[in-house]
Amino acid sequence: MAQPDERTNYLNWSHTVKSWLLTTDHKRIAILYMVSITVMFALGGLAAAVIRMALVVPQDTLIRHETYNKMFSMHGVIMVFLFLVPSIPAVLGNFLLPLMVGARDLAFPRLNLLSWYLYIIGGLCVVGAMLAGGVDTGWTFYTPYSSIYSNSHVTLTIVGVFIAGFSSIATGINFIVTTHKMRAPGLTWFRLPLFVWSLYATSIIFVLGTPVVAITLALVVAERVVHLGVFDPALGGDPILFQHLFWFYSHPAVYIMVLPSMGVVSELVPCFSRKRAFGYPFIAFSSLAIAVLGFLVWGHHMFVSGQAVWTGMVFSFLSFLIAVPSAIKVFNWTATMYKGRIWFTAPMLYALGFIGLFTVGGLTGLFLAALTVDVHVHDTYFVIAHFHYIMVGGAIMGYMGGIHFWWPKMTGRLYPEGWAKLAAGITFIGFNLTFFPQFLLGLQGMPRRYHWYPPEWQSLNVLSSAGASILAVGYAIPLTYLIWSLWYGAKAGKNPWGAVGLEWTTTSPPPTHNFPRTPVVTWEAYDYRDEEPPTEEEREPVSVPAGGER
Amino acid sequence: MSAQAIEPSRSDEPFLGEQFENRDQQDEAYTVGMWTFLATEVMFFGALFLSYTLYRSLHPEVFRAAHHYLSVPMGTINTAVLLTSSFTMALAVRASQLRQRRVVMLFLAVTSVLALAFLVIKGFEWSHEFEERHLPGPTFQFSEHQPPGATVTTAEAGRVGAVLPGDVPQIFFVLYFAMTGLHAIHVIVGILVMWGLIALLAADSPLVRYYMPTEMAGLYWHFVDIVWIFLYPLFYLIPR
Repeated sequence: MAQPDERTNYLNWSHTVKSWLLTTDHKRIAILYMVSITVMFALGGLAAAVIRMALVVPQDTLIRHETYNKMFSMHGVIMVFLFLVPSIPAVLGNFLLPLMVGARDLAFPRLNLLSWYLYIIGGLCVVGAMLAGGVDTGWTFYTPYSSIYSNSHVTLTIVGVFIAGFSSIATGINFIVTTHKMRAPGLTWFRLPLFVWSLYATSIIFVLGTPVVAITLALVVAERVVHLGVFDPALGGDPILFQHLFWFYSHPAVYIMVLPSMGVVSELVPCFSRKRAFGYPFIAFSSLAIAVLGFLVWGHHMFVSGQAVWTGMVFSFLSFLIAVPSAIKVFNWTATMYKGRIWFTAPMLYALGFIGLFTVGGLTGLFLAALTVDVHVHDTYFVIAHFHYIMVGGAIMGYMGGIHFWWPKMTGRLYPEGWAKLAAGITFIGFNLTFFPQFLLGLQGMPRRYHWYPPEWQSLNVLSSAGASILAVGYAIPLTYLIWSLWYGAKAGKNPWGAVGLEWTTTSPPPTHNFPRTPVVTWEAYDYRDEEPPTEEEREPVSVPAGGER
Repeated sequence: MSAQAIEPSRSDEPFLGEQFENRDQQDEAYTVGMWTFLATEVMFFGALFLSYTLYRSLHPEVFRAAHHYLSVPMGTINTAVLLTSSFTMALAVRASQLRQRRVVMLFLAVTSVLALAFLVIKGFEWSHEFEERHLPGPTFQFSEHQPPGATVTTAEAGRVGAVLPGDVPQIFFVLYFAMTGLHAIHVIVGILVMWGLIALLAADSPLVRYYMPTEMAGLYWHFVDIVWIFLYPLFYLIPR
């Protein structure tokens, strides 16, 4: 019955559980990742919900301080290590990189599957630690609290993060090799989509940064378990060394989270402006510049840790410097839109949201890079607001935009456009309502990580919590209609957006080996020629949905 | 990593993974992948080398005094053993490229025996440290039986602040055990990889008729060797 024809694709060639769990197909692994990180996002979001509910009132009515500490630690650990870091690379990157370079798969398909299993094992360790009673060190695991004093489940959590780190390293190695060696004939470096450049830059950080935090966290565990106290001051160790090593990874990790998102936006903006990307080489090299400079700015997390003033000044200068490649990207996206035929689809709304929120996050980052200002707002809600503008306003907006943009390619179905636009709007409003008040709270001096605060800050905290509930709605709507669209969405054609790029030349969803024949590339990236957007009929070549009535 | 270098074979081209166009592409992909992995490993050890640099510059006298407890002859013998094993590994890779299956097996076996010898010698050193109570932790003792030449005075140790002189030398042994321990784990992984290759070669498996698995194992082994070349002077030869 199921003869191999053009209707056989990577999703329907086999429906067994085994064919999913033992798959080496990058597209199926991407789907596995997508499901698992969505679960993690829900868990991390749940913890955030508890935090925001507790902060509605200045005292501890809902939860006590131990629970509060564990909740924000759980939120941070899950969101950073198990959602944001793998989000775009492991889902969209896994799915798209071979398609974009015209390859049949990543260079090492079984390593790719191994990375998912490592991620799952790491995730289970972390969630297990949470269920066993939680961890209260914050996501940063600062010594000597984490190594000597904390009585919570630090060891198991760190083991989880350590294992999940190797899943990142495996992904990074795979992406680097694939970009170097698996490109289709004619696909030169400067014909690559900018998303591939950003994945490449991200992979450099994966490969060079992750092992440092892995060994650092392993040393914390060694100190807790077998008394190898590298960071123990009683033995002549230096707890500040932990902070140096931790931020040597964890600042570049911010770029792991936002660089792929920038790559997604670099795809969306030209497509929905029907124009070539303005300043292609500048966007490409700014990704690499961010990856390289990102390794040289970790000290701006430590301005008040007692590092030398000269050191602080150098780190401050370098942190200002990294604003340059970030700004280059923003200016180039804006210039791409200039005089373009802008088509306001849901992915484009997310991209525009990204540009706005990332700009706010980036500019407030300059405040924090300035030594004197940072001393004032260090460890306040100003910092919280700043990095949520980058990580939620930036990284997650880009992720959502990318998921919508490539949803027809991944599933062969269109999502409902009206609902999607509504959700994009709600997310944008809810996000700003949640985090903008935190800038004001931070400037007034409200410290992070406390569950009590003076009553005069209550109104801003209530605003923030109200915004968080709107933001939750903004995430719940897409979750609902995207799942709905799997059965009831209109069938998508090869190229519903009229986009260029190799991934749109194969069928939706693609066959297992992506392309019937290896493509030969003779055109530049973003070869948009000021065309009209495709009409409604062109976007939905099959108007009768297969799965049921509309 | 060599397991990674073995892909399911296609009927027309027996050693070619189905994602690759041809053998050259596959060879290059494995090579780039292995070097990228080694870059990861450099950073993995790098954090420890940074810690070493910092603590040695903070407590130079302590490092000088503590290193007297390490046996230079044993460290030197181990360096020689490991360097020889790198040589035999290089011979194995060469034989693999020449498709001399039995020679490959022989040299891999010799390499793994040398690697085991390294671990045995290391084990003797560690057990000596355990007996001397140099294992960091509550039982750690240092200042009681100092060998001639060790000169940690209270004045010198007092330079680092209010830290007890008896406890500071722990940091040397913490780094010693952490770094040589991590290195030993890599040696063990290398031995397992070599045995895996020997087993496949003995069964004349088509997976290893192709030379890349041995070549990848060789690259990894040379890396393990190079790490030791840094560890040896840093721990054993401090004042020399």
